[in-house]
Amino acid sequence: MALAKGAPESGAVANPATPQVIAFWRDERKRGMIAQVVVVAALLGFIWFLLRNFLIKQEMSGAPPLSLYFLQDVAGFQLSFSLIPLTLDSPIGRVIFAGALNTLIAAFFAGIIATFLGLLVGIARLSKNWLISHIAATYIEIIRNIPLLLQLVFWYGGVLTALPKPKDSISLLDVVFLNIKGLFLPKPILQEGVGLFFIAIAVAIGLAIFIARWARKRQMATGQQFPTIIVNTALIILLPAFVFVLLHDPIGWEFPEKGAFNFKGGLTVQPEMTALIVGIGISTAAYVAEIVRAGIISVSHGQSEASHALGLKSSWTLRLVVLPQALRVIIPPMISQYLNVVKNSTLAGFIGYADLFAVIGTSQNQTGRAVECVVILMVFYLTISLIISTIMNVYNKRAALIER
Amino acid sequence: MSTQAQANPSGADLAISDEVMIGLTGVNKWYGQFHVLKDIDLTVLKGERIVICGPSGSGKSTLIRCINRLEEHQRGRIVVDGIELTHDLKNIEKVRREVGMVFQHFNLFPHLTVLDNLTLAPIWVKKVPKKEAEEVAMHYLKRVKIPEQAGKFPGQLSGGQQQRVAIARSLCMSPKVMLFDEPTSALDPEMIKEVLDVMIELARSGMTMICVTHEMGFARTVANRVIFMDKGEIIEQNEPEEFFNNPKSDRTKLFLSQILHH
Repeated sequence: MALAKGAPESGAVANPATPQVIAFWRDERKRGMIAQVVVVAALLGFIWFLLRNFLIKQEMSGAPPLSLYFLQDVAGFQLSFSLIPLTLDSPIGRVIFAGALNTLIAAFFAGIIATFLGLLVGIARLSKNWLISHIAATYIEIIRNIPLLLQLVFWYGGVLTALPKPKDSISLLDVVFLNIKGLFLPKPILQEGVGLFFIAIAVAIGLAIFIARWARKRQMATGQQFPTIIVNTALIILLPAFVFVLLHDPIGWEFPEKGAFNFKGGLTVQPEMTALIVGIGISTAAYVAEIVRAGIISVSHGQSEASHALGLKSSWTLRLVVLPQALRVIIPPMISQYLNVVKNSTLAGFIGYADLFAVIGTSQNQTGRAVECVVILMVFYLTISLIISTIMNVYNKRAALIER
Repeated sequence: MSTQAQANPSGADLAISDEVMIGLTGVNKWYGQFHVLKDIDLTVLKGERIVICGPSGSGKSTLIRCINRLEEHQRGRIVVDGIELTHDLKNIEKVRREVGMVFQHFNLFPHLTVLDNLTLAPIWVKKVPKKEAEEVAMHYLKRVKIPEQAGKFPGQLSGGQQQRVAIARSLCMSPKVMLFDEPTSALDPEMIKEVLDVMIELARSGMTMICVTHEMGFARTVANRVIFMDKGEIIEQNEPEEFFNNPKSDRTKLFLSQILHH
């Protein structure tokens, strides 16, 4: 090996056979190790600081030691809405559980609204029709530029309080009523034999999956196609309907009835809940729309042209060529949006909906168990978030790994 | 699937029947105010190999894209193998089944393997069993000389290999006509030859072909007619020898001098 011109004469270029000694601050392996040790030490130090701080303050304040037994104590407060029966004597744990269910149900419906409305607006945004694409664009821009809390207050205070009083309720066929106190729906009451009806639904779905698999296999083997979508839709609707008729109305309905001040009986959807679901759903839909649009645009026009040139019709082009590629772009940011729906539902307290965050706030106030309450809150949101991202990541892997 | 005539001696003596494959009469197309195609009349006979050249923006790509209705013409008639292209989706589907197309940027489906790229349309459009579709696909992959790449994804192939897969993909639908839209323009120079070799072999097997290309060597070897377009019009068309040695119009002369003297 020749020395480069201008290299120091002292033989700075070592014989490659003998291992070179590198100063540790220049050795990338040692550097990496040092960085890791420093980070872990700093983290442990910080945790120790917090813990020590907590223990000292705990002792100074004379508060009882940490425990979750207080969850068995009588709560003494009630929620304005709950999926499980609650009384003033219910234990705090049960009330908190009811709050968690409230969060989940609101997030679930908000997520559904966000998905479908977002899909629709995202596609509309790409429409060649000037009016449609501009309405979609305006919607997205307005929603994205207004704080979510303001939107919730708008839906609750601006829209839902403008509804008529109970005596002037808006009614649909005299079974569904809408007024300032909420949305009143008929409540299904399960009669004897309803189990068979649910079994019929399960059987129909199972059969549909079986038919889809069989049709796919047969197409691959013989080339014959089967109208899977039509047959399965018919199956899922007709089989349960048939059983329903056979059983002579296995589900009874309790209709809301006009009382002295408001409707009685039936199923009541509170205005607070409606405002939260509609508000978060509509707000998230704007972000979902942009994600969907980006996903579809990311598939180059050449892809659908090539597919058309091969004779594949538009619906097949979308299903076999465009969507599989668009989904890879759409799914990862959609995970964040679903997580946002759950986390944003903590704003419920501002419009008087008893979600977990609000319930925990009250419990903390009543019991003084601040640390326990915050831990419960953190564990709950962390668990839900991890579950959502796990499910979506599994789905993402199935959609994404196909390339390379 | 065609298993005939592996090697005809040369392109020049290939038989052209007098059966009309594609007929364009008075075809006009506008993009907004811009008049892309002006009164195009063109008849392509079965077995003809036509090369279309011309400066960029002359409408040559638009012309062949009209033939399988990737673009819609606004006036005039286009008839492919006896089927007229109208707003009837049924006819459009029929024509697209008979016309294969190869694009400048290959447009392979990146989420499918090479083999799945080739079998997708036969399985869905021609309703061929998967096994049979795969056999046909392997036959064409051998013909374009890359059967060993069947299990790979398009992103793992070189440009030249991708374009050959794209040609094989079209052939799997056993088209009666093949359209080539600048098939070698996006390729590195050393890959152009492998694609042109496949195209020459295809021409010799008797395929009706329309190629938009500036590969003048290719035009001389296989074309029986060269068409020069400029500003949406067919300026001149002739046999390759006549066209290159004895161009009639000044615009053709200018164009040829520009692309040949580089």
